[in-house]
Amino acid sequence: MLSSIMPTPKRLRDLIREIRSARTAADERAVVQKECASIRESFRETDNTYRCRNVAKLLYIHMLGYPAHFGQLECLKLIASQRFTDKRIGYLGAMLLLDERQDIHLLVTNSLKNDLSHQTQYIQSLALCTMGSICSAEMSRDLAGEIEKLIKSSNAYVKKKAILCAFRILRKVPDLMEMFIPSTRALLNEKNHGVLLTAVCLITEMCEKSPDTLMHFRKVVPQLVRILKNLIMAGYSPEHDVSGVSDPFLQVKILHLLRVLGKNDVEASETMNDILAQVATNTDTSKNVGHAILYEIVLTIMGIKSEAGLRVLAVNILGRFLLNNDKNIRYVALNTLLRVVNADNNAVQRHRTTIVDCLKDPDISIRRRAVELSFALVNANNIRGMMKELLAYLETCDPEFKSDCCSNIVFAAEKYSPNKRWHIDTVMKVLTTAGNYVKSDLVSILIQMIAETTQLHAYTVQQLFLAMQRDISQQPLVQVASWCIGEYGEQLFNTTVEDAEAVNVTDEEVVDVLEKVLISKLSAVETKEYAITALLKLSTRFKSLSEKIKRIISVYSRSTNVELQQRSVEYTSLFDKYDQMRSALLEQMPLMENRSKSVFAANGETSEGNDILLGTNENVDRTNAENKQQSTVQSESRNILDLLDVGTSPVIPSKQEPPSKSGGVDLLDLLGGVASLAAEPAMPNLVPVAPSVNLIDGLIGPAAPNILLNGSAGFSSTFTAFSKNGLLVEFACERDGGQPTVTSISMKATNSTPTPISEFVFQAAVPKSFQVQLESPSGNFIPPLNGGGVTQLIKVSNPQKQSIRMRIRLTYKHNGNSVTEMGEVNSFPPELWQ
Amino acid sequence: MIKFLLLINKHGQICISKHYQHLEQEDRQRLEKELIGICLKRGNKKSSFLEYHDFILVYRCYLDLFFIAGITKDENEMAIYEFFHLILETLDKYFPKLSEVDIQFNLDKVHMILDEMIINGNIVETSPARILAPIELLDAAKR
Repeated sequence: MLSSIMPTPKRLRDLIREIRSARTAADERAVVQKECASIRESFRETDNTYRCRNVAKLLYIHMLGYPAHFGQLECLKLIASQRFTDKRIGYLGAMLLLDERQDIHLLVTNSLKNDLSHQTQYIQSLALCTMGSICSAEMSRDLAGEIEKLIKSSNAYVKKKAILCAFRILRKVPDLMEMFIPSTRALLNEKNHGVLLTAVCLITEMCEKSPDTLMHFRKVVPQLVRILKNLIMAGYSPEHDVSGVSDPFLQVKILHLLRVLGKNDVEASETMNDILAQVATNTDTSKNVGHAILYEIVLTIMGIKSEAGLRVLAVNILGRFLLNNDKNIRYVALNTLLRVVNADNNAVQRHRTTIVDCLKDPDISIRRRAVELSFALVNANNIRGMMKELLAYLETCDPEFKSDCCSNIVFAAEKYSPNKRWHIDTVMKVLTTAGNYVKSDLVSILIQMIAETTQLHAYTVQQLFLAMQRDISQQPLVQVASWCIGEYGEQLFNTTVEDAEAVNVTDEEVVDVLEKVLISKLSAVETKEYAITALLKLSTRFKSLSEKIKRIISVYSRSTNVELQQRSVEYTSLFDKYDQMRSALLEQMPLMENRSKSVFAANGETSEGNDILLGTNENVDRTNAENKQQSTVQSESRNILDLLDVGTSPVIPSKQEPPSKSGGVDLLDLLGGVASLAAEPAMPNLVPVAPSVNLIDGLIGPAAPNILLNGSAGFSSTFTAFSKNGLLVEFACERDGGQPTVTSISMKATNSTPTPISEFVFQAAVPKSFQVQLESPSGNFIPPLNGGGVTQLIKVSNPQKQSIRMRIRLTYKHNGNSVTEMGEVNSFPPELWQ
Repeated sequence: MIKFLLLINKHGQICISKHYQHLEQEDRQRLEKELIGICLKRGNKKSSFLEYHDFILVYRCYLDLFFIAGITKDENEMAIYEFFHLILETLDKYFPKLSEVDIQFNLDKVHMILDEMIINGNIVETSPARILAPIELLDAAKR
């Protein structure tokens, strides 16, 4: 055979040269593949002269990321060899090529067991090192006894490695901890640094794993204190000295363990107070390594029940770190300050100026920490100064931080603003500096905030107008400004605003700017929506320009954007058909409930809402109506319907002066068609512009005028069709105005259980004399706790005007179970067909 | 705990890769590639620590050599940063005029040195003399 006279395999050195000189990845792959093939070939030979060299090459190939698992068995052969050099490469190969999930492990376990009790310490060490990196749970159980024996060995070289093997074993099989505790405790009496270092590691691991062991090891605190004291007092020990600091790695590990032991324990913390203070003051910080120790000591001081003085000392150390030239030290300081800022806010406050200076640091990750920390430090006392800095930062910071930064500024301003005027100015500054990075949810929050500040409406609207006039490309700014101009447009000409430059504009200019927003290619659709609504509102504020506004709005009835087109069409018909209602409809929005308050209100009693609604009919004064919440819309509307049904005089909005805009909104909307129920949840409750659109929706709906004017001709009613196990199905029925034989039923399914319902399917069947048509549902997922629902429109045609009967079938998945429910619905009100 | 330790040259080629927590070959390669990209790009201008997924990345660059390590969050990143220097000093002591090629051509020796310093992701010895003793003994035996 040819292969029997194989050439001498390439040396590792040559292989590396060859691979490194490969020009392309393909070349490199070719070299590696060729070499792998020859290595395999050589492995097949029984001759083992070159086995070592081949495995070494394989390790290099493996490092480059090529598969090398075929060398595993060869490693085992090398491990079994008696020669140290073979064993060495064999174990190295095992460490890199094997992993703990291989079956091959059984074979290794045997070799390891033998080598752990070898008389040569270097062979023991090889086995320990390998075990430390590939030990599996099974191997842990098999070899724990050997390791425990080695921990007690008098040979420090083997001892320290065995200790870390124990560490690995405990990670794999925590149950074995008991067995190691006695031998571990004795380790702290050793002098060898390697043994101490590894022992401290092992104890830390044990304490973190089990609270009982933690209690046990609290007793060693004095011992640890002594070791630490020796380290800092004993002076120069050349062996473990790192730039003048005696074994910093051991110091760091001991400090870490002290932190674990002193956490939530007053007594242990007391024992270490002195030494912590000593280390903190005696450590030489002229070299970087001293900072590593100080850093650890700060963490320990902040992590245990330390004295107040010590904590101040710790924060001051961090304050000094901040002034350091080394960026790593500054980074670590900020990171640590962030961790402790909540616990020791006052101590950190003292370093505020330094922290704020870090906002200008050239390193991005330092700036990121600094800004986080700055926001954590903002309070009512320093808000003005901090905001000035943060706004300056906002101007220059990287785009990726801008939107978060804006949100944080706005929230901080809301929380601590000294006065309203300042608050408005800050918000305005955010809008003008951050431009398009302002998040959209912030827009509605700002609008709400502005609306609440009634005494500053004139000032705000003027400033916003000026800002918008300067730059219409900043979407969030334009959105807020458009809304405000729509609402408070007349205030633009209010010249009594205190200490602000007078705005010299004509109503025509205002309309022009809004028109420019509509035309501009830079405007987002949402912005255009704000603008078109603002124009509509201005049509009643600037009466002389109402024709012009109408013209501008009507252009968009041909817009390719559906939303804009719809608004345009609806608004235009408001001019044409309902002109007498327009000014009443477009009055100022009532104040909206604060977000937090409205959550509260949603849980409030519904009866309150009813009372207010009844009051609406009797022209209750405006303030009262303003208090009512949007969240009770549903129940209120039903009340109105009831009223109509009972036969009270029909409510005609054109005659009635709507006491509040939102009252009118709900009223019209729901009367206009219960069918629009499905569209309703989509309305953003926070964006105030939306309700006015909603209003128009209702008005233009084909059935709306009919119902309004002849309260008895159309009819609608809502009732429960099905309710079981938390699933509630409601029918909102309505007789179609145009086709009296057709009944539209809007089905709404909600879920009051704490778990969601999925794959919800609603089916309905009717007797032969009817025809039923089901439109596609809004979804098949019902969120829990009434957090939303599925709606579906059902049309029943009833030419013979019989009483409607319906069978329904519901299938869904709930808590992992498939559920099928059937039911018959006979409770349709007779008004639907009579 | 140290999760892994990489030594790369300034071209981004891996000289040493040691993982103290098991990773599949593909994941290992992907991770290494990503980290090398990050570290080479950041270079000396930015801070040497950054949070990356569930660990902290610490790196340090010398002339033509980069040290990269992934450490758990309870480890002291500054100490590890210093530890890199200790590794370098130790290597420098063993290979006179240490260069990246020395590491590459003496892969097994470097592994041996590192194994004397770190076991299972924990530092085991910090005295260069003690670290090098077994390796020097081996060299003496060979001669």
